[in-house]
Amino acid sequence: MQEQEIISQKNRHEQLGLSDGQVLDMYKYMMLARKYDERNLLLQRAGKINFHVSGIGQEAAQVGAAFALDREQDYFLPYYRDYAFVMAVGMTPRELMLSAFAKAEDPNSGGRQMPGHFGSKRLRIVTGSSPVTTQVPHAVGFALAAKMQKKDFVSFVTFGEGSSNQGDFHEGANFAGVHKLPVIMMCENNQYAISVPLHKQIAGQVSDRALGYGFPGIRVDGNDVLAVYAAVKEARERAVSGEGPTLIEAMMYRLSPHSTSDNDLAYRSKEEVEENWKKDGLITFKQYLIDCGLWNEQQDEDLIAQLNLEIKEATEYADRAPFPKPEDTLRHVYAENEGGN
Amino acid sequence: MPVMEYIDAIRLAMKEELARDESVFVLGEDVGVKGGVFTTTKGLIDEFGEMRVMDTPLAESAIAGVAIGAAMHGMKPIAEMQYSDFMLPATNQIISEAAKIRYRSNNDWSCPIVIRAPIGGGIFGGLYHSQCPESIFFGTPGLKIVAPFTAYDAKGLLKAAVRDPDPVLFFENKKCYKLIKGEVPEEDYTVPIGVANLLREGQDITVIGYSQPLHFVLQAAEELEREEGITAHVLDLRTLQPLDREAILEAVKTTGKVMIIHEDNKTGGVGAEVSAIIAEECLYDLDAPIMRLCAPDVPAMPISPPMEKFYMLNKDKVKESMRQLALY
Repeated sequence: MQEQEIISQKNRHEQLGLSDGQVLDMYKYMMLARKYDERNLLLQRAGKINFHVSGIGQEAAQVGAAFALDREQDYFLPYYRDYAFVMAVGMTPRELMLSAFAKAEDPNSGGRQMPGHFGSKRLRIVTGSSPVTTQVPHAVGFALAAKMQKKDFVSFVTFGEGSSNQGDFHEGANFAGVHKLPVIMMCENNQYAISVPLHKQIAGQVSDRALGYGFPGIRVDGNDVLAVYAAVKEARERAVSGEGPTLIEAMMYRLSPHSTSDNDLAYRSKEEVEENWKKDGLITFKQYLIDCGLWNEQQDEDLIAQLNLEIKEATEYADRAPFPKPEDTLRHVYAENEGGN
Repeated sequence: MPVMEYIDAIRLAMKEELARDESVFVLGEDVGVKGGVFTTTKGLIDEFGEMRVMDTPLAESAIAGVAIGAAMHGMKPIAEMQYSDFMLPATNQIISEAAKIRYRSNNDWSCPIVIRAPIGGGIFGGLYHSQCPESIFFGTPGLKIVAPFTAYDAKGLLKAAVRDPDPVLFFENKKCYKLIKGEVPEEDYTVPIGVANLLREGQDITVIGYSQPLHFVLQAAEELEREEGITAHVLDLRTLQPLDREAILEAVKTTGKVMIIHEDNKTGGVGAEVSAIIAEECLYDLDAPIMRLCAPDVPAMPISPPMEKFYMLNKDKVKESMRQLALY
């Protein structure tokens, strides 16, 4: 009986076409993002960095999505909690730490933007801002460019459930629906828009909104990395075969406060938060891997030690790295030469 | 050289750019089959197809935002806002996104979009089909803003805007569409962004402005010279951002008396910045206080004919102000 269960569990990732090596990689990225996030919270408390906005509790959905995309050619428009996502598409802890320390070498913005405002043309991560959900029409624009240029990449965009109330979400979704564009929109529904709970943000369900725009909307367990992988993979297949956009609502819980400037216990109970820690996608996925016979506690300890070392080195590198030159504040308002750079 | 209307020059610029570069496309409300509510894009869909002359859903933030996304992947969108009065839903996309993409990414990404929007009143358009919203965007670094007055400049500046590596707002004046005619070469040329144009030389007063009010300035200048021997030096800014500071200062120094004119309301308008530049850089070259002739500080122009007439500039108002300045 027990053996049968293991087989059926193991079949879950194999049925999705994922190898043992791939699921172990997924877990490693989830853990890397978790440890990176924890380190940033400490660095902020220690006064080494100014600010951190956490993605703890959202790693499973982010990594599941990243692995379902074509990480060689798709375009990504992540939102500010997507550390696990950007790591899974190629951004390193060192690059992210350079952003956290606002150093010149930061590939996201050269130390100009708050951390969590990702961008890297090399990795096809499209630069983002703080006014929320402006990236949805941009993702639609990338998808329109794909259609016009007859290229077969898709664009993938994320946002929170609170910001799914913004006009730009609706305007972008509608445009994408009309033109059947290859864009995947994933709402990371973490139940809170800073302090405002889901029931005060939305009377219905985010995924149902797709109906009005003429394409599928599905709700998926965002704590289940394999479920999100499956949903995004299917959405990508639809997109590249010309069937248009998909809206995915991944359900999860923001385990951390909104940011390092937030006291979340002012608006939610400790019990509620603790209850949700039990559903943490990182822990459940670890158990899955153990049940599959792919992982054990010793390997887990070794992994954490190795990741912490990597993050420590990234931190030290970023801490020592030079700040931008003050006068570089004046640069890059417009192109500096004829070639447009 | 053919003489054509301002609106035809704008259409010709789009047609030439669409033919020249397949990454150029036009998008907006009613730009396709209908050819635009003013006929600015008329016929383009027949030549270039519905993907490159694209009728969009009625949602300005998406028009701007989708254009921005496409531009970041190498396309060169020309996004039309049907009336500049309706572009405010897109303001967040224009100011928070387009204007800051190069800067915030430390030059990694760029956003070469053009947003065309008709400005100006005098067509019985009431509050929401008449506005001049330049000052909302003016003073946002990262944006370039042009506002042509002549048909020649309308074509040349639009072509320059399409080829510019940064976002350009192209404010075309709807009253100029049919009113302004001029010689426009049928061959390819551009008018450089950031360079003002001296429309008329004179010794007594300098008038600095942009867009449709210059029509009244030129009429008034001609009459003042003929009737009273007052000669006016008239500078068309053409580009509002970045302003051509050298041309402004040189024009002011030529006469020592300056009037700044625009249809946008006075407070916080482009004229305020031009005045400040003059005051900072060449106050002692002035022989008279800086004069500004602009729309009154009311929310927008009413539709009732006497009220619209009161709000709008015209040749007589302009001529009288120019005379007063000359007599100072």
